[in-house]
Amino acid sequence: MSDEPAVEAEGLVKRYGKTTALAGLDLSVPAGTVYGLLGPNGAGKTTAVRILATLLRPDSGRARIFGRDVVTEAAAVRRTIGLTGQYAALDEYLTGRSNLIMIGQLSRLTMDAAKRRADELLEQFDLTAAASRAVKTYSGGMRRRLDLAASLIGRPRVLFLDEPTTGLDPSARALMWEIVRQLVADGTTLLLTTQYLDEADQLASRIAVIDDGKAIAEGTPAELKASVGGQRLLITLATESDLEAAAAALVPFTAQSTKSIIANGPARLIEAPVIASDGLATEVIRALDAAGVKVSDIAVRSASLDDVFLTLTGHKAEADDPAPETGQPSQTVKEPVA
Amino acid sequence: MTAITVTDLTDRTPFTQFLGDVWVLTKRSLARIRREPETLSDVTIQPVMFVLMFAYVFGGAIGIPGGGNYHAYLISGMLGMTLAQTAPGTAVAIVSDMETGLIDRFRSLPMARAAVLTARTIADLLTQVIGGVVIAGVGLAIGWRIDNGVGDAIEAFALALLFGYAFTWAGVCLGMVLRSPEAAQQTGFVIFLPLTFISSAFVPTQGMPGWLQPVAEWNPMSSLAAACRQLFGNPNPASAVHVWPAQHPELAVLCWSVGMLAVFAPLAVRLYQKKAN
Repeated sequence: MSDEPAVEAEGLVKRYGKTTALAGLDLSVPAGTVYGLLGPNGAGKTTAVRILATLLRPDSGRARIFGRDVVTEAAAVRRTIGLTGQYAALDEYLTGRSNLIMIGQLSRLTMDAAKRRADELLEQFDLTAAASRAVKTYSGGMRRRLDLAASLIGRPRVLFLDEPTTGLDPSARALMWEIVRQLVADGTTLLLTTQYLDEADQLASRIAVIDDGKAIAEGTPAELKASVGGQRLLITLATESDLEAAAAALVPFTAQSTKSIIANGPARLIEAPVIASDGLATEVIRALDAAGVKVSDIAVRSASLDDVFLTLTGHKAEADDPAPETGQPSQTVKEPVA
Repeated sequence: MTAITVTDLTDRTPFTQFLGDVWVLTKRSLARIRREPETLSDVTIQPVMFVLMFAYVFGGAIGIPGGGNYHAYLISGMLGMTLAQTAPGTAVAIVSDMETGLIDRFRSLPMARAAVLTARTIADLLTQVIGGVVIAGVGLAIGWRIDNGVGDAIEAFALALLFGYAFTWAGVCLGMVLRSPEAAQQTGFVIFLPLTFISSAFVPTQGMPGWLQPVAEWNPMSSLAAACRQLFGNPNPASAVHVWPAQHPELAVLCWSVGMLAVFAPLAVRLYQKKAN
């Protein structure tokens, strides 16, 4: 085994009319790992996966799967990949087993091998009991599992999972996570897109944060969290008028890589990414007191990927995020010149 | 998990692989029919209904120039309509596969790309054969007869199926450009209804207004109906119409079919590939 990356992309660009779906995406996914593409709806995740899975040609840039170009060597690439999209791509009218056998045969297995592999996967994904039922009678979770089984039938070395748990209930989601972990244990390289930060955090060993068609940050979940300071400081003030003074007093504590302190006026709340240190809370209180700011509540918590996303992009990762109840959006207070 | 030996069929030639993939996907379409036989209603119940309605409701009011039995006249027209009317169904099936992402999955597999569309048209050709048998059966029941030789009759069915197959590729193109199964269904209806009715399929063109006659006379549906009538030895009033397709209906059907195949099959493949961008 060489150190050749399983997936490599350089400067992928894809435009649809005036919309730019990808604006120069670079990626490098080490073999045998789970790599997360994290970003909100419309960030370009699905476009990226479609290009890597040979379904779409990039306008410029290039991508390789184990060294094979996805455009010029598409046929060779298709022999090494599996794809599970956002919607279960199955024949509704066939049974679960027939679907798998069909995909197996189209993946160049003999009839016998396709049957054996289908039964093996049905067993593995807990679908044996439903194997001879038409797929249209399946629940959402069962469809996703069958769809995943279908993409594994040809034993792909690289598997693309495009939002594998979107729309699933928590128990079906947990089951999918379990399956994904098993796959990695078997040595499959996984490229997973998700808009759920906890999902990326749970499953991926490396993450690229994507926004507006570009990777804006890349690293392990721990590195990404550390890049926003590792800790978050949440302070509730006694009076709203102290917000400016409080934000200014907090600047010395904020993480170097980030400049943003978030202040929510009506809630009298300040949130700041800070570098973890002993006695941090005490020092913050002293600094605020020296600035004449009255504090009602203070909390320090570990940064989550949500914070990473918010800090990097200035907006939340997950779609349909409700605006603050007061109807007034939170404002970002930029650090004054240091 | 037990390790199994996965037999790789990469040593197959591209052509045998193409045939293998077409076979797998054709079986898929036929399996659906086996599970839901009602999907065949457009080549079974529907044509029987149409034959009976035309024969017994309109039939008495339709005179055939030169004389002849309307029931014997009707069947060739019904054959053409039944076969061509499967095209909207083809479009619906294609749109549905696009919508569910199944075609994307096929595209990500190491399979022959042309197999998806080819298999669809072959499955639909097989349902057309069923339609042809049903029409012949109901025809025989209401008094239609094959008055010429068996060879001529086989030629008539073969022409009708070639014609139907050409329409299937038109249906594939339709499916490629439309966005939902509902749109495919409706668009198909809007295209195919006038196509069948403004022809000599059910009514001789002689009774139509002068401005409409050329449209009906050059309609491929009229050519097919006339060709079949001629080959079956049924009443064929079009033989008295002095325009080229009415005088050479078999050649006209051949030209229309080959022409449509030459336009729609490459166009369908092109649209299929373009969907990738």
